[in-house]
Amino acid sequence: MADAQLTAEQADFQEYAERWLAENAPPPPPERLPISAIEVMTTGQRDYLQAWQYRCWEAGLVGCDYPREVGGGGHEGFQRIANQAMAGARTPLLINIVGLQMAAPTILVHGTDEQKRKFIPGALSGEEIWCQGFSEPGAGSDMANQQTLAVRDGDDWVVNGHKVWTSLGHFAKWMILIARTSKHHKYDGLTYFLAPIEGTPGVTVRPLVKITGESGFNEVLFEDARVPDANRLDEVGKGWTVAMTTLTYERGAAESAGGGGSSQAHPTQRLIDLAKSSWRDGRSAADDPVTRDAIVQMAIVGEGIRQNGRRARVPALTEHPMRIPLQSKLLVSEFAQDVARLGVDIAGAHSTLYKLDPSAPDAGHWPLAYMGSYGHTIAAGTNEIQRNIIGERVLGLPKSK
Amino acid sequence: MTETQPQKMPADFGFGPDEELLRDSARKFLDQEMPVEKLRRLVAEDPDAVYTRGEAPAWDEKLWKQMVELGWTGLAVPESAGGVGFRSVGVAALVEEVGRHALPSPLLSTLASSYVLREALTGEPSPAAAWLGRIADGAAASLAITNARGSWEPGESGVIAEAEPGGDGLRLHGSAHFVQDAGKAELFVVHAIRDDGSYLCVVPADSPGLVVRPDHIHDLTRDQATLVFDDVPVTNDQVVSREGAAALARAWPALLVLVAADLCGSSEWQLQTTVEYARTRKQFDRPIGFFQAVKHPLSDGMVMIDRARSLLYHAACCIDSGSNEAETAARMAKSAASDAGAYLSDRSVQLHGGIGFTWECDVHLFFKRSLHNQALYGDAVHHRRKLADLLIGPI
Repeated sequence: MADAQLTAEQADFQEYAERWLAENAPPPPPERLPISAIEVMTTGQRDYLQAWQYRCWEAGLVGCDYPREVGGGGHEGFQRIANQAMAGARTPLLINIVGLQMAAPTILVHGTDEQKRKFIPGALSGEEIWCQGFSEPGAGSDMANQQTLAVRDGDDWVVNGHKVWTSLGHFAKWMILIARTSKHHKYDGLTYFLAPIEGTPGVTVRPLVKITGESGFNEVLFEDARVPDANRLDEVGKGWTVAMTTLTYERGAAESAGGGGSSQAHPTQRLIDLAKSSWRDGRSAADDPVTRDAIVQMAIVGEGIRQNGRRARVPALTEHPMRIPLQSKLLVSEFAQDVARLGVDIAGAHSTLYKLDPSAPDAGHWPLAYMGSYGHTIAAGTNEIQRNIIGERVLGLPKSK
Repeated sequence: MTETQPQKMPADFGFGPDEELLRDSARKFLDQEMPVEKLRRLVAEDPDAVYTRGEAPAWDEKLWKQMVELGWTGLAVPESAGGVGFRSVGVAALVEEVGRHALPSPLLSTLASSYVLREALTGEPSPAAAWLGRIADGAAASLAITNARGSWEPGESGVIAEAEPGGDGLRLHGSAHFVQDAGKAELFVVHAIRDDGSYLCVVPADSPGLVVRPDHIHDLTRDQATLVFDDVPVTNDQVVSREGAAALARAWPALLVLVAADLCGSSEWQLQTTVEYARTRKQFDRPIGFFQAVKHPLSDGMVMIDRARSLLYHAACCIDSGSNEAETAARMAKSAASDAGAYLSDRSVQLHGGIGFTWECDVHLFFKRSLHNQALYGDAVHHRRKLADLLIGPI
């Protein structure tokens, strides 16, 4: 839908993207795929998803709006079309989510020409996996409270510190890293690096086990690890500003030109299907009025998110340019959580079954999705912080910090 | 709007320069003509007037005449019947402004009547066209379609039609309830039932045998009445449809869009007014908006309004495009708008603290208008039940 405003070139591209995806459906995965890229655990999953992203990039569906000299397609307004086509075709997700949605757009804004040429192509093709080094044990919502130290030594920086909640760290070649280069200024003492991870002396990646019992994210220890000054992004002391650019893309407030697909069917339809195959008080859960009402509430929120995305691009119908974009992270993460929670409720007694139990409905998806959903309501700035940001930047309420 | 072909839906909801111009000029006009101070003086000078003495809620008839001159009554009237035939997305934007100013006027009931009469226009020359022409010329109208039970089923009515003995036309008996702004209307669009089907009739307010009995209501920004029909004669020129229930069902999404738009507008006023209070009111040496117990509900309220607004314009766009998704979209919009209205009403009083609980604080005017609209044409739960049938299938 919604293509009345496409240029002729964009319309052609839309047709091409949809046709390519229809003709180039990926083979079935060798094992169950995770719901989101930050939950990729095994090398089997990685190899499969990395190969898929490479094919999409080769086909021109990833990085379409990036300059050609950094591995992009050199177009304008193509990425959104490609993303819609990928979502519509329910293709596997793009694994290099940190590279596409955080590193590449940040480097494009703040990087030197040399950095752009060195780092962006691998992020787009998925050949070089990225991870994010923002969170620390003592720097969560208070992100500027970074304790990881970087001390200049010749052409290098010597880094010591401890990063946590590092999704994809065990597969990453690079990390977008914020480190403290001055103890005298909280915000102006931060510097942003593109740090090498894989095979780097002094860098240890250790898996953290999630609430679900699965791995998938990590802690990363830096012990006298050396990062070349050539890998510093923007000026010394500008780390906070650069990080804000990253967060704008991460939280969905700006169209990240790196794209992303989705392997998920329409979530409301999944709930309806679940209800039709579940029992409640001796009859179909799909006939239980309370369950029906709960499902429809989700349908309304889901459609609201879709229509928000449409309205955000109609300036005459938005009160404030950031009003809808800043809600995106909050809405999407809580919607996923609420849908998963409702799935648990509908599954009833069967929601107790772990994914390896043969009787678990939808291969155990619902309770795992519910527990896993907290990753998204906590990551990228907790939703409590998001509510502050909305209240302060859009409504003009006094700042909490 | 009968038998329209589904069309591709525009990405921008079809909200173009004409719609924007109408909305912006309406906002300017209402900012000037009905600021909240004037509204307060007009409708809330004396708490006893309406509540204790039962006086009709006040409205500004001169302002209504200006609105007529601006052509607002003809917005939902097709061009073929002498109106402007404006798109529903434009009308929704105008009504948002009306809600934002809690404007007392028969505009919504008149637009609603136009939408119903529009569905009575058939291929052949229809008497509905003449009545639509009168509305476009400035006649205020209202729908008399609800029975004593307050049912929102388009098929139900408390008015019975009988054939005129030995002649053409009908005679109406019974009653219609919850008729919006009846005290301001010249014309009523009445849904009447007979053994052989259901009829839509246009009945002037001064018809013999018709009694308009005002309801005693909370909302100070409108009036409402029960219409009693005691052998009211209706000529064939007044019978605009012999398939009344079907016409009402077709018009229903447009009616829901009107009320949802009013709710979005009043909710936005509640949000902005409460935000302003939270920025200025100090306790513990800080503006109370500093505290997250105040800040977060305001953020949540904004999220709810935006959801309702996005669904509102989607629904209006579906109506304009003749999409078969219009009913689903409109019920989602009304449900979300009722929920947003309830939440913003609740928080607007609570976060204003002691002053918010008093008559002198303006929030009660919007609270009551919102409360009325939350129920009108079905509350959030009603529409979710209907949506469950549409999305999941009937039980």
